[in-house]
Amino acid sequence: MSKKDLSVEYSTILIFALAILTMPIWLSPIGAGYPDLLQKFVIYGIFAVGFNILFGLTGYLSFGHAAFLGIGSYATVWSFKLLGMNVIPAVIFSIILAGSFAALIGYITLRRSGIYFSILTLAFAQMCYNLAYSVLTPITNGETGLRVLKTDPRIFDHLFGRGQVDGPLLTDLFGIHMTGYPGFYFCAILLIITYYIAMRIKRSPFGMMLKAIKSNQTRMNYTGFNTRPYLQTAFIISGMYAGLAGSLLAITDPLAGAERMQWTASGEVVLMTILGGVGTSLGPVLGAGLIKYFENIFSSYNDNTLHAALSFMPDWLNDVLTIIISPFVGSGWHLTLGALFMIIIIFLPGGIMEGMGRIIQIFKPNKPGGSTKTASQG
Amino acid sequence: MAILQVTDVNKNFGGLRALHEVNLDVEEGAVHAIIGPNGAGKSTLLNCFVGLLTPDTGSVMFNNTSLLGIKPHEINQAGVVRVFQTPQIFEDLTLLENVMIPAFAKSDGAFRINAWQRMRQRTEIRDEAEHILEDVGLIDQRDVICSSLSRGDKRRLELGMCLIQHPKLLLLDEPTAGMSRADTNSTIDLLKKIGERGITKIVIEHDMHVVFSLATRISVLAQGTIIAEGKPDDIKGNPKVQEAYLGGAEI
Repeated sequence: MSKKDLSVEYSTILIFALAILTMPIWLSPIGAGYPDLLQKFVIYGIFAVGFNILFGLTGYLSFGHAAFLGIGSYATVWSFKLLGMNVIPAVIFSIILAGSFAALIGYITLRRSGIYFSILTLAFAQMCYNLAYSVLTPITNGETGLRVLKTDPRIFDHLFGRGQVDGPLLTDLFGIHMTGYPGFYFCAILLIITYYIAMRIKRSPFGMMLKAIKSNQTRMNYTGFNTRPYLQTAFIISGMYAGLAGSLLAITDPLAGAERMQWTASGEVVLMTILGGVGTSLGPVLGAGLIKYFENIFSSYNDNTLHAALSFMPDWLNDVLTIIISPFVGSGWHLTLGALFMIIIIFLPGGIMEGMGRIIQIFKPNKPGGSTKTASQG
Repeated sequence: MAILQVTDVNKNFGGLRALHEVNLDVEEGAVHAIIGPNGAGKSTLLNCFVGLLTPDTGSVMFNNTSLLGIKPHEINQAGVVRVFQTPQIFEDLTLLENVMIPAFAKSDGAFRINAWQRMRQRTEIRDEAEHILEDVGLIDQRDVICSSLSRGDKRRLELGMCLIQHPKLLLLDEPTAGMSRADTNSTIDLLKKIGERGITKIVIEHDMHVVFSLATRISVLAQGTIIAEGKPDDIKGNPKVQEAYLGGAEI
């Protein structure tokens, strides 16, 4: 590591920050330049970046990270209800609570590795989901979902004379409402900060140990490392990332429902990470964006819009194509996602990042000895 | 003074008597070879030293502390380091990283959250790792991912990973198995070179050429018991050993 590496690190984060903050501009031509969707991109980006710290670096595949997402959301709504609509205490409370749950769940599940670890985390997440859905109804408000009511205490709001609100209750950061673009920029800045933290962790000695655990845990033990606390720390950090993401979901839309903890949500973050590129820094963010984009675009199509979109074709072809494509859009957009996922896994096991690497290789002039397998810096 | 004292160790696998009343004293600075036919219990004995197996009865004392019932990483931190029969390295990482990781274990202990530290703050680790790679002759491949290494190079790398920890006791399980004659000889030279650092070594080996060029003391294990122990010359001439292991052949 030299001075050069340091400047690479800073320029990487600078480019990343610029790309994220200008998303409203460069995403509008493809119909994604509106705040609700942009918020989703960055929030799920945070979720996936955190998940990648566990899965990408240690190789431990958790199928229960949505539980921490849900816990973060509930904690945030409770913070709104009790303390007031300011987002700062809500975010802090969510991260701490999700981290504590991660410590507990990690302590139990990390006794096993491989498929057994995945199953244990899945079981835990489903238990959390069922608790939220039915058992803990007084805390979670069951299937209706938890929301902020005007009759809630909101201590600090009343203390500072903002107890009475005429319109709907809005979350705020010292007077700035966290909806629309301000909400997006709030989430975006948090994504940039958390991305930088994840990058630092990955490049630190600690990150190197996590990668070594993934590579050969037996050797780690015989090399004098106690691997359990390393895994436990990675699990807690990624749980805190998920808690933050859940908190931001509730901040941009102050409603927490149990379906956020479903196993499908846990599976989604696995898809995002793999789609983007496991173990890479940028991959999970790309994967999250891609899946949320497809979800939004393809699920909004129905037969009529599809027919209209293909109207430049001869009528008979238009009809045939509409029949063929229609199962893949609208509520069936998961079929598109599944097909895309299969294509990526089969042809690009390293995800989008591997694909981009290959494209760069094509345009690069062949250097002598360039075929030797060397470490990638990323 | 004996650095490792093994007293009356017994180990049974079901009805199979793997080790029977094994006693072994390894002197500090010695190169102690353990030889014996296949299935004699050599690897079982080694496994008892690193926490992979626990003997049914008996004790294993290292510098007057017991090695039994403690975790592998604690045994390593105490200074007992093992080279495995099949190379155990970090296949997905570069050679340099492979050697840096054990150096971190040595300097930072079994667990430390150094997640905010930059690698360039630890140049001493990097320098040491490069130095060790030079010693084992792999410095030219420092940035290569290990999975592409040859088997012989993997063994040398693992040896380097163990040496960077400055072990007090180094356990070598067949360090030259499956190597060509040339590789074997270069490994012998390497082991002789590190012998000058005064590391106590226990070597399990089938190749008598290796054993007699390295060992200062030899124990012969057959069917779970030690049938002979002594200096290499004594062992060579011992008729019991000739019969049990060397098959009466001249060496």
